[in-house]
Amino acid sequence: MNFTVMLEQLGNGMLKSLGIFLLTLVFSLPLGLLISFGRMSKNKLLQNIVKIYISIMRGTPLMLQLLVVYFGPYYLFGMRIGGSYRFIAIIVGFALNYAAYFAEIYRSGIESMPVGQYEAAQVLGYSKTQCFFRIIFPQVVKRILPSITNEVITLVKDTSLSFSLAYAEMFTIAKQIAASETTFIPFVVAGIFYYVFNLVVAVTMEKIEKKLSYYQ
Amino acid sequence: MKLLEMNHIRKNFDGLEVIRDISLSVEEGEILSIIGPSGSGKSTLLRCATMLEQIDGGEILYMGEKAAYVAEDGRRIYPKGEEARKIHSCFGLVFQSFNLFPHYSVMKNITDAPITIQKRDKKEVYAEARELLAKMGLSDKENAYPCQLSGGQCQRVAIARALALNPKILFFDEPTSALDPELTGEVLKVIKSLADLQITMVIVTHEMSFARDISDRVIFMDNGVVALEGKPDEVFDADHTRIREFLGKFRME
Repeated sequence: MNFTVMLEQLGNGMLKSLGIFLLTLVFSLPLGLLISFGRMSKNKLLQNIVKIYISIMRGTPLMLQLLVVYFGPYYLFGMRIGGSYRFIAIIVGFALNYAAYFAEIYRSGIESMPVGQYEAAQVLGYSKTQCFFRIIFPQVVKRILPSITNEVITLVKDTSLSFSLAYAEMFTIAKQIAASETTFIPFVVAGIFYYVFNLVVAVTMEKIEKKLSYYQ
Repeated sequence: MKLLEMNHIRKNFDGLEVIRDISLSVEEGEILSIIGPSGSGKSTLLRCATMLEQIDGGEILYMGEKAAYVAEDGRRIYPKGEEARKIHSCFGLVFQSFNLFPHYSVMKNITDAPITIQKRDKKEVYAEARELLAKMGLSDKENAYPCQLSGGQCQRVAIARALALNPKILFFDEPTSALDPELTGEVLKVIKSLADLQITMVIVTHEMSFARDISDRVIFMDNGVVALEGKPDEVFDADHTRIREFLGKFRME
């Protein structure tokens, strides 16, 4: 296999890694917000269910969770799995796991908001929903951005866990080529890919932080 | 016409009675000051009137209509939805700590509620906001953010924000307690200018000479009850042990 063919194959893998990354964010960021509401709910039952959920998601390996999501339907319900379900399982597994972490980050931000902001909004006549989305949430985003950046950078690297379901993303392909061609080069390329990807993430997040630094 | 009536208000915090059976009313155009030592329940009373705290007894009426009350079985009845919005639009509140929205510019702080909640015309609201800012002496600050302003300027923006909703009655909860004497002066001047415009105001304050000067009526609260009530001179010169003690302490400070 020559170098260009290798790069082409790895390039395909990159796109798939990018796909996992983007779809995970698209689903886990809003889901995390919903879960954080459950975590802060006055309903004790809901609050405890969410607490257990977060505890399991944070307390067990993501790789194990991916295996459970992928093979679970077969072992539990005898459903035939395969084909496109592999990718769905990966996105579901990642989204559920990351949503738990994001939920706790949202909670930290929301609970750090001074009560005066809620009171001012209430007296001015904002409804609870208006208050949250117009007054509270924009300020929460600014507060939690550094923690979100951390989590997003971890996600870039975690996409490589998809190799446990043999999904052909960057890392899986790199491993395959490295084994079949007995060369170390794919790992070097993979390393550079993850590093550059994260550099872009870090720079982008820094730009957003700067954009939000117009107020304190 | 009575804009606000509070009858037999009670409020407890964890079994501690903070307000015990207070009744008061505010007439249109009147300026009422509430003075008294810290912990006497002044701010709590204001927070009950503005529905930031729920009462444990009594009733609150705005414009003669029952806004909130405690039923005989002890349930608190507070308005919801459209009705709540109507009652909330009767009053405005200026906080001790301003509570401006830091992510909004001065202009947006003032105009956001009239535009998004009252659904008023944008142009009209902006024009009115500029007028208010001029009145507050802040015409050059409409694009500034709260973090760029002094405490006194913040408080004046907060006053403009409350006024932009055209409330019938404006509450002040120790509006100058977070400010140094110089900034206090500029905020008091603004409040005084509102008095000249016949805006109905209820002011909880520790600025004694200001309260005496501006008010039509003064309430002296102590230990959760109205200890003394009357015209400023009647209250401040009263031969009443508790208020003499209180004012005496003030002079020493």
